[in-house]
Amino acid sequence: MTLLQHYWPVFIQGFGYTLLASFIALVGSLILGTLFAIMQVSSMKWARVFGDVYVQIFRNIPLLIITLFLYLAVAKVIKMTGFMAGTIGLMLYTSAFVAESVRAGILSIDNGQMEGARANGLSFNQAMRYIVLPQAFRVALPSLGNQFINLVKNSSILAFVGGLDLMYQGNMVAATSFDTFTTYIIIGVFYLVITLPLSYYIQYLERHLKRKA
Amino acid sequence: MEKAKKRRFGIIATIVLALAIVLGIAWAMQTAANNSKHQDTLTRVEKRGQIIWGVKADTKLFGLMNTKTATPEGFDIDMAKALTVQISKQTGVPMSASFVPVASASKIQLLKNTNIDGTISTMTITPERAKVVDYTQPYFDAGQSLLVKKDSGINSIQDMNDPKYTVLVVVGTTAAQMTKQFAPKAHVIALQDYASAMQALKAGQGQAMSTDNAILYGFATENPDYHLVGGVFTKGPYGIAFDHDQKPMVDQTNRALDTLKKNGIYNQLIKKWFSNVPGLDWHELEVKS
Repeated sequence: MTLLQHYWPVFIQGFGYTLLASFIALVGSLILGTLFAIMQVSSMKWARVFGDVYVQIFRNIPLLIITLFLYLAVAKVIKMTGFMAGTIGLMLYTSAFVAESVRAGILSIDNGQMEGARANGLSFNQAMRYIVLPQAFRVALPSLGNQFINLVKNSSILAFVGGLDLMYQGNMVAATSFDTFTTYIIIGVFYLVITLPLSYYIQYLERHLKRKA
Repeated sequence: MEKAKKRRFGIIATIVLALAIVLGIAWAMQTAANNSKHQDTLTRVEKRGQIIWGVKADTKLFGLMNTKTATPEGFDIDMAKALTVQISKQTGVPMSASFVPVASASKIQLLKNTNIDGTISTMTITPERAKVVDYTQPYFDAGQSLLVKKDSGINSIQDMNDPKYTVLVVVGTTAAQMTKQFAPKAHVIALQDYASAMQALKAGQGQAMSTDNAILYGFATENPDYHLVGGVFTKGPYGIAFDHDQKPMVDQTNRALDTLKKNGIYNQLIKKWFSNVPGLDWHELEVKS
């Protein structure tokens, strides 16, 4: 506990960066993922191919490689800090999984819903937005919840590119204090502080939506 | 019980259980640490007939993994081999040397857990570290320096004292704290290992990489566009480390080190590894008898 007293500003700073990176990546991957899911089920061939290629690439490459590539190779052309490279990497990686979850959600919705909506004069976009997607999200919610919890934990990838997050600060504290064990327990608790409320909130949403349905 | 009460009870029980598990593990680790403290390293290695050395696998000239043979090579490795031979002679127990690659951040923990017996891994002796491990006499004189691109216009650590500059260091090394001391305004970013730090320097994520001169020379030989500037701004001799309270092992190793310095083997190894470094007068590293 003296460790926490001594280094708490460091931990809090790391906690802040982890929270920020997780939030940006969460919102970004939700938007990107939904976009690519729609592309994958669209009737246009180029969109389907593009969406498929994107998802397969980012789903099948380790997050560390994506992040290091952004930080060490792409940064030569476009200037970015470790925090940015890590967050963008996290967002791209998670969006591929989000796309798969949302796509599965869309496919689970009976085709008749889309046909009915189109028959009533809605455009494809309108039908997607008002009829199919809300139902698809309800189906995809549990698996989306998993992706987001993974996202928070995966944000420790920032440590590898000097992203100043919890894991990075933890490594620094462990290296200066030599109290590796206590440091990582504290780090673990900090992650729980983010992930537990998140998973409870998703459970709550699930129950709430079920009641509404 | 009603439903809400039941659920509340469930939550509390889960929390209590989780806490009990965490505390249990902590207690077990503490007990294990206390028990291992009484284990004598010298007795252990004599019994096993082998000294397990923690060495670097990413540091050119000191400990670098040879991808063809899958064994590390370098000054540290050769020193460890020579020391093992010498300790065998002193104790009369035949021993072989084996090597485990360690990272700067993990080596002390591995030592505490007795995964390795000793570590000879470009480790700077600091008073803070000396509280947790036992050091031998220094076996190599090193000091912190800067590696920059040749046309960068940076000439010393003082030039870096500006918020527009970023210095790249490695997690777990003394370089992070020392850089902040000498250039408090510069940003310091710590990466996981030297290879990624060098890549980050090339990618322009920082303007300089800072660590011991000896390690930087290894990178300078590989990357002709980069050079060392400003000489050394700290004194940080390297020591061989053992777990705390391992006097017999430390004494044996110090004796072995003295012998190697006297019989010329130390100077042979210096010549073998440092005579080809451009810009380094390797004779300065030799021990004068």
